[in-house]
Parts: sequence; C-alpha cells; structure tokens
Amino acid sequence: MKIGAPKEVYEDESRVAITPESAGHLQKLGYDVAVEAGAGAKSGFTDEAYRAAGVEIVAGAAQLYKVADVVAKVRPPSEDEVKRLEHGQLLISFFYPASNEALMELARDKGASVIAMDMVPRISRAQKMDALSSMANIAGYRAVIEAGNNFGRFFTGQVTAAGKVPPAKVLVVGAGVAGLAAIGTSTSLGAITYAFDVRPEVAEQIESMGAEFVFLEFDDSELPDGAETGGYAPPSSPEFQAKQLAKFREIAPDIDIVITTALIPNRPAPLLWTKDMVEMMKPGSVIVDLAAERGGNCELTVKDERIVSDNGVVVIGYTDFASRMATQSSTLYGNNIRHMMADLTPEKDGQVNHDMEDDVIRGATITHEGVVTFPPPPPKVAAIAVQKKEKPKELTPEEIRANEVAAFKAQTKQQVGLIAVGAALLLAVGLVAPASFMQHFIVFVLSVFVGFQVIWNVSHSLHTPLMAVTNAISSIIILGAVIQIGSSSVIVIILAALSVFMCGINIFGGFLVTRRMLAMFQKS
Amino acid sequence: MDFGFTTAAYVVAAILFILSLGGLSGQESAKRAVWYGIVGMALAVFATLIGPGTGLWPLTLVLVILGGAIGYQLATKVQMTQMPELVAAMHSLVGLAAVFVGFNAHFEIGAVEAAKAAGDDTYAMGTFAALIAKKTLVEINILRVELFLGIFIGAVTFTGSVIAYGKLAGKVDSAAKKLPGGHLLNAGAAALSLLCLFWYFGSGGFLPLAIMTLAALFIGYHLITGIGGADMPVVVSMLNSYSGWAAAAIGFSLGNDLLIVVGALVGSSGAILSYIMCKAMNRSFISVILGGFGGPAGEQMAVEGEQVAIDADGVAQALNEADSVVIVPGYGMAVAQAQTAVAELTRKMRAAGKEVRFAIHPVAGRLPGHMNVLLAEAKVPYDIVLEMDEINDDFPDTDVVIVIGSNDIVNPAAQDDPNSPIAGMPVLEVWKAKQVFVSKRGQGTGYSGIENPLFFKDNTRMFYGDAKASVDSLLPKIG
Repeated sequence: MKIGAPKEVYEDESRVAITPESAGHLQKLGYDVAVEAGAGAKSGFTDEAYRAAGVEIVAGAAQLYKVADVVAKVRPPSEDEVKRLEHGQLLISFFYPASNEALMELARDKGASVIAMDMVPRISRAQKMDALSSMANIAGYRAVIEAGNNFGRFFTGQVTAAGKVPPAKVLVVGAGVAGLAAIGTSTSLGAITYAFDVRPEVAEQIESMGAEFVFLEFDDSELPDGAETGGYAPPSSPEFQAKQLAKFREIAPDIDIVITTALIPNRPAPLLWTKDMVEMMKPGSVIVDLAAERGGNCELTVKDERIVSDNGVVVIGYTDFASRMATQSSTLYGNNIRHMMADLTPEKDGQVNHDMEDDVIRGATITHEGVVTFPPPPPKVAAIAVQKKEKPKELTPEEIRANEVAAFKAQTKQQVGLIAVGAALLLAVGLVAPASFMQHFIVFVLSVFVGFQVIWNVSHSLHTPLMAVTNAISSIIILGAVIQIGSSSVIVIILAALSVFMCGINIFGGFLVTRRMLAMFQKS
Repeated sequence: MDFGFTTAAYVVAAILFILSLGGLSGQESAKRAVWYGIVGMALAVFATLIGPGTGLWPLTLVLVILGGAIGYQLATKVQMTQMPELVAAMHSLVGLAAVFVGFNAHFEIGAVEAAKAAGDDTYAMGTFAALIAKKTLVEINILRVELFLGIFIGAVTFTGSVIAYGKLAGKVDSAAKKLPGGHLLNAGAAALSLLCLFWYFGSGGFLPLAIMTLAALFIGYHLITGIGGADMPVVVSMLNSYSGWAAAAIGFSLGNDLLIVVGALVGSSGAILSYIMCKAMNRSFISVILGGFGGPAGEQMAVEGEQVAIDADGVAQALNEADSVVIVPGYGMAVAQAQTAVAELTRKMRAAGKEVRFAIHPVAGRLPGHMNVLLAEAKVPYDIVLEMDEINDDFPDTDVVIVIGSNDIVNPAAQDDPNSPIAGMPVLEVWKAKQVFVSKRGQGTGYSGIENPLFFKDNTRMFYGDAKASVDSLLPKIG
C-alpha cells in the first residue's frame, strides 16, 4: 500500500506529516511512501532529501490523494481535502472531532476511515504515538523562547563589571507536558521559575524540573484528582478558584514572565490571569498564553496575536508554536505517525490491519467503514494509577511515646508469658522424668536458648557459611559412633564404622568449605 | 568408669562451638571463628577416643582419615554455585549417621538386657553397653523414646536432603510434585510412626523401629518432593535444623551432653534461618512446608503496557551516564555463572567513579546467603553488598538498577495488588529508580508463574539473553 503526505493547506502551517527519516521506517513496514512536491519545504526537508530516501514526489494535492491509500496530515483537513477522500482510504491527522462534527460526517459519507491523532488514548503503550504530548513539549519550549524574544532582559542573573543584573522570575501555570517543558527550558536558561498546578501530585515533577511549586493552603479532600480524568486536570470548585486567583494576585507584581498552559478537556480554557493581574505587572513583562486556541487563560489574550497592554505588558496569543519550530515538530510528529502505522501493520507487510479490538486504534478511530465511531468507549485501563489519597498520619510526640510504651508493655507481657509457659512445661517434665534425664534436659534447653541468642546476631551475608559450619559441627554425632564402635556385636561395629566414615566426610568437608568461603569475603 | 577429662574437654569444645557460631556476626571475626569450630571438633573427637571410645580406635582413625580425604576433595573442588547441593548432600550424611547410631543404641540395649538376663558381665561388652547396664527400667524406656525420635528425625533428614540435593543439582525435576493423596499420605505415615512408638515401647523389638524408619524415609521424600525450587532456601535451612535435632535426640539416648549442646545449637540455628527465609517471603512456615503457592484470592490486576527490549549499546550508554548503580542479582545469575562478569563490570564502573552497590533479597538464590557467597567468590567487596532493608530507601535516588536473573523479589505486585499470590512479600523497590534494566533469558514468568508488572513499566527496559553473555557484551562498552 502507499502512504502519502500532502502539503499542509492551512495558512502559516509549516509542518509536514512524513519526514525523510520517518519515510525510511515506513518503508521497512512494507509501505511505499509519497509526498506532495514542496510539502517539506517549510520544515527544511527538500524534495531531493525525500527522493534520496526513496520517496516518490507527487505534483499537486489532487494527484497525491489519488495515489495514496493512506493519507497522513498534520492539521485537521479542510472541507476540500475531506471531499478528496475515497471509499476505503485512511486519513491520519489531527481532527478534534468534538468540534469538527460536520467534517467527520462528511468523511463518513465518503466511506473513508479517519484516525484522529488527538484522540490517541493516554496509556503508556500509546505514548510513542501521542502527538498531543510531542507537540505540547515543543510548544512549551517555544513559549519560553518566544517570551525571551519579547523580554528586554536576561533570564539568568549576572554580576558584570557594568553592574548587577537580577534574574528573571518566570511563572508557569499548568504543569502538563507543555508546562513541564516550559519549566525545563526556563530553569536551564537561568530564570527563577515558579510553577502552579491544581493537581497536587505533580508537585514532585515540578520540583524535579528545578522549579518551585506554588502551594495553596487547601483541604485535601476538595482537591481534584487527575487520575480520574486520564491525567488531565478536571475543573475545580469555585472556592478553589478564588483561592488560586488570590494567590496569583499576591505574586503577580513580582513576576516578569507568565506562561499559561491550563486546559480542561472539552471546555473553554479557564480564566486564570485576569486583567487586574496584568495591570499589577511591571512594564516590559511578558505573558505567553498557550491556551489561546481555546480562548486563553489570560483575559487580554487575542488569538494568534501579540498585543501590548496599556501598562506595557506583552501578551502573546499565538497558536502555532509547534509550527514555528517546524523541523523539530515535523520530526517528532513524523515519528508519531510511523509508530501509529507500526501498530496498524503488525505483520510488517505493508497492509493496514485496522484492528478495532485494539484499545489504542479503537480510541483514535473516529470514522470507520461508513460509521462514526466517535466518541470511543473508555479505555480498558486507566491512564495512570489512581493516586493513593491516604497519607500516613503524622504522629505527635505524645502518641509516639504512648505507642512505644504500649509496644514495650506488649513485649514484656509476651516475654513473661513465654517464660512462664516454658517454666511450667519444664516443671511438668521434671515431675515425671527421672533425675538423670532432667540433667540432660536442662543442658538441652539452655543450649537452645544460647543458640537462639547467638544466631540472631549472625550477619545475613554469612548465612551460607553458617549453614556449612553448622553442618560440620552437627557431625558431632560421630562421638556416638566412636563410643559404639567398640561393641562386641558385628552389626553394631559395621553401622558405627559407616557413621564414623560419613561424619568424617562431613567434618572435613564442612569446615574446609566454610574456610574457603570466608576467605573470599573481602573489604573494598 | 568415669571420664573426668573427657567431660572437661566436652565443656571446652561446647564453648568453642558457641564462639564459632557467634563469630559469624561479622566477616572478619568469622575467619577466626571457623578455627574455634575446628579446634572444638578436634578436641571432642580426641577426648572421646582416649576416653569412652577407646575400643577399636585404630579403625576409627582410619575411617576418619578416609572420610576426611573425601571431604577435602569435595570442599576444594566444589563450585560456589553448587554450594546449595553440597550443603544438602552433607545434611543427608548427618541424617543417615543419626539413623545408624540410633539403631546401634537399640541393638546394644537388646544385647545388654540379654546379657543381664543370662547373668553375664556387661562390662566386657564395651563402654556404651556399660553405660546402659547402669540404667533403671524407667531410664531405659526414656532412652527408647529418645533413640526412636533420633532415628525418626534422622531418617526424615536423610531422604529429604537427598531429594533436595537432587532438585538443586538438577537431577530431579525441581517442580513441586505430590503423589496422589498429598499431605494425607504424610499424615498417615506420621500416624503410623506414632503407633510404632507405642508398639516399640511395649515390645522393645526391632520390627516397629524398622517400620517407623521406612515411614520416616517416606515422609522425608514426599515432603521435599512437594516443595518447589524457589522455596529451597527454606527447605535447606529446615533440613539443617532437623539434622541438629537428630543429633540432640541421639545425644539424649547416649547420655552425651556435648551432642545435646551441639544438636541444640544447630537445630536452633536452622530454625532461625527458616524463620528469616519465610518472613522474607511473607509466608508461614507451614505453608512453605505444605508446598506450593495458594490459589490467588481473587482477580489479579491486569498488567498493561508492553515489554520494551534494549540492546547492549543502550544499556552501556545509560550506565556510562549514571552516577549511582544498584545491581540486583538472583538465581539466574548463579545459573548462568555470571558472577565474575558482574564483578568485572562492577570494578570497571567503580574505577570510573560511579557508586555501585548490590541489593540482596533474603531469598535470592537457593540457599540463605547464596548471592553473598557468589559475589564474594568473584571478589566483590562485601561492604558494597547490602541487604534489602539497608538499600530499599535508596532506590529513588538511584540512576540505574540492573536486575540480573531475579523476578519475584522485584515484583511490584507484592505491594500493589492485594490479590497477587505474593501480596505482602517484602520486595526490592527497584521500580522507584530512574531506570531499570532487566537481564533475563526470555519473556517468561518467574518460578511462581506470576506476571511481573515491573517488566512493563515505563522506566524498565528488557535486556534479553543469557546473563553471562549479556554482561560480557557490556564490558567493552563501559568506561
């Protein structure tokens, strides 16, 4: 079968769905690869590079749609593009089916199958084809670069001969993939980075990236749990939002750069950075709103535009961050596509096996065989394990003391009980057994006691030597045989002789092997 | 006849034995401790030879020297990976010796009684007979119970150890098997033995003793056949314990305090080892002995994700970039004889300034402390070989963990999945490290047949292949 990538028709879109590198991988899966002439030009892949990778260059989109059995795209298709689809053709692309229902129905009427890259379920197996994450990662990086481009100062603090430069203070709101990428970029540029997220469990990730988590004083039970919504932050309660905004107001005057990435699935972006916060910021500060596509987290954001507020704060509402780094994003997206194709081609025979039983393929498919299959059923496995809410309660010093006392008492009770039972048993034996037996019995009991005391102290690493040495000394039974060997009975002599012989093996073997082992233990 | 000197020598020997076991608390003092044991044993045998064991002493000496020569051969030739087999084989000898000595005691009682009845002088029959002759009827009866017990435990130890040896040496299928009837057969044999005890008590004949011995031999065989390979640490330490108790029981019947002391020491030592092993598997002693894992309590958690393989280059790169590395060895390392390669890898990484440590689970391998001995043989310094409790908290700060041939002891299901058969077993929390490499022969489950979610985690990469070949392929790439 042939897989083809047309040139993106969306204005200013620079990415391409197949790169020369990913084409190589697709060929290994058994596919022929074609791209429209000039498709990779804006992302730095020339037609020659494609040809060199064995890719067929097709002139014109119409021709490409005609020859390709599978069409790979980046942006959601336009109406014209969907009309070009034929029965049985497969389109792989971002689609946003929830807001593009008309197009989806059109594709169904055309009889084409559509796999929406934005619908890939968030389970670990599907991470390699999670294009939303790979694009978000780029967007997060680019957001910091874009902010730096508009910010008049260094990110890092410096002490120069000409004077001291304070470091920039960056606040990242929303620690998803984009947020974490932004945090990483910002800290590596040297800025003091703060980060906020409504999911308290990401605090650890934020701190691991080198940023400081902005804590809200809030009761645990009211916090949303990201695990229930596939790792995305769910909407939060009004009280929580109020507290959150108060916190932002408190820190806004100090912050030089704000990067907002907060999105809630299938809802407009939450309003987090209000007009009055912008007004509190210093002139020259920058706000980059990665949620501009869904209305923006900042009140002033204008989609696709860079505006300057009355007090000189730059608010950037671009929605094409990934496209602004087309080479990088095409490479990653191309890899996402080829991983998707690999899952669709389990036999590596160049034939698509559209397995609707597969969780990942089922989840991403929105139309198939003339039927709209969106929305998909919930995936069988949760994206991430449900967070354990119960934290061990901090014990007060009194409680610890009380526990210790209780443990001590219980231990004493147990010990006294054991001793009492043991003594009673001994006495009971002593009542019936003759004195000669009792003498030996006392020796026995004492030895067991000594044995327990001594063996507990043996180092774990010496357990094998311990076994070997106990083995050797348990051959002390040789004494019995030696005493008996002087008997007048022949059979006794034979049995005793055998015993002596076996014990001899054991004694020498046991001690020697122990010595050999112990000699091996060396300190560094 | 009194043997004051012998008794005094016994006291000294007993103290030396106690010191010898106590000295095993540290690696350095252990090297001295083994000499205490040797001296104690030499003293005890010597004192017996010149005291109550003077009869036929040249024969004794010859036999000891012969046995010693064989023992020397065994001890110097044995591979460290074969230690479990050797220990099991040696237990069987102690068990068999206990049975023989017990039989002898029985014959001597018979002979003495016959001689007494005929009015002969029992003194000429040997020192042991003289000892018996002094006993009253009650004492003789107690003696019978004691030797009966000694033979019973000795016989169980003997066949049990032989089977354990066979399983460890791979000569017997190591899977848990049972004859039809299962534990009822064991219970029946035990009941039969108890009946024989009363019979023997009443008649004093050899027949009940012989029947009991056969029953005990059967119990030993059947009990250990029903226990699978990974439970061997418990089995071997349990047999160790039994061989001690057998010696103690024989000590009672011979009236020899040194036998009692040493038997009790060995018995309690084995019991403690078994206890430690069972605790490390979070299973009760009974459940291990009764064999096999219980059925899962409910639906086990489905494992999600896929096992991602990696090649030697990938592992080597990660190791070169890591600052701290923890290696978790298991039985697979012993099977593949990979310990020298692992030690060489360790040496190279340490030379490169990395922190390399080993994490040892108490039941790793087939013998308590098995891994420690293997690593020591390969000249890995013992101060970087740590126990589970010492290292478990350090995993979150570790860059790379290499799991070599272990499975169940690093299974997160023990903590996460209450329905898992190993739920609650303490495990090494390797998945908390930044990256985990698992060296494994292929995609199979471990001994217990439990799927290991570790292999499916995002930070886990599977490094398939024979452990030794895999580690060897890493060596040139490190540094």
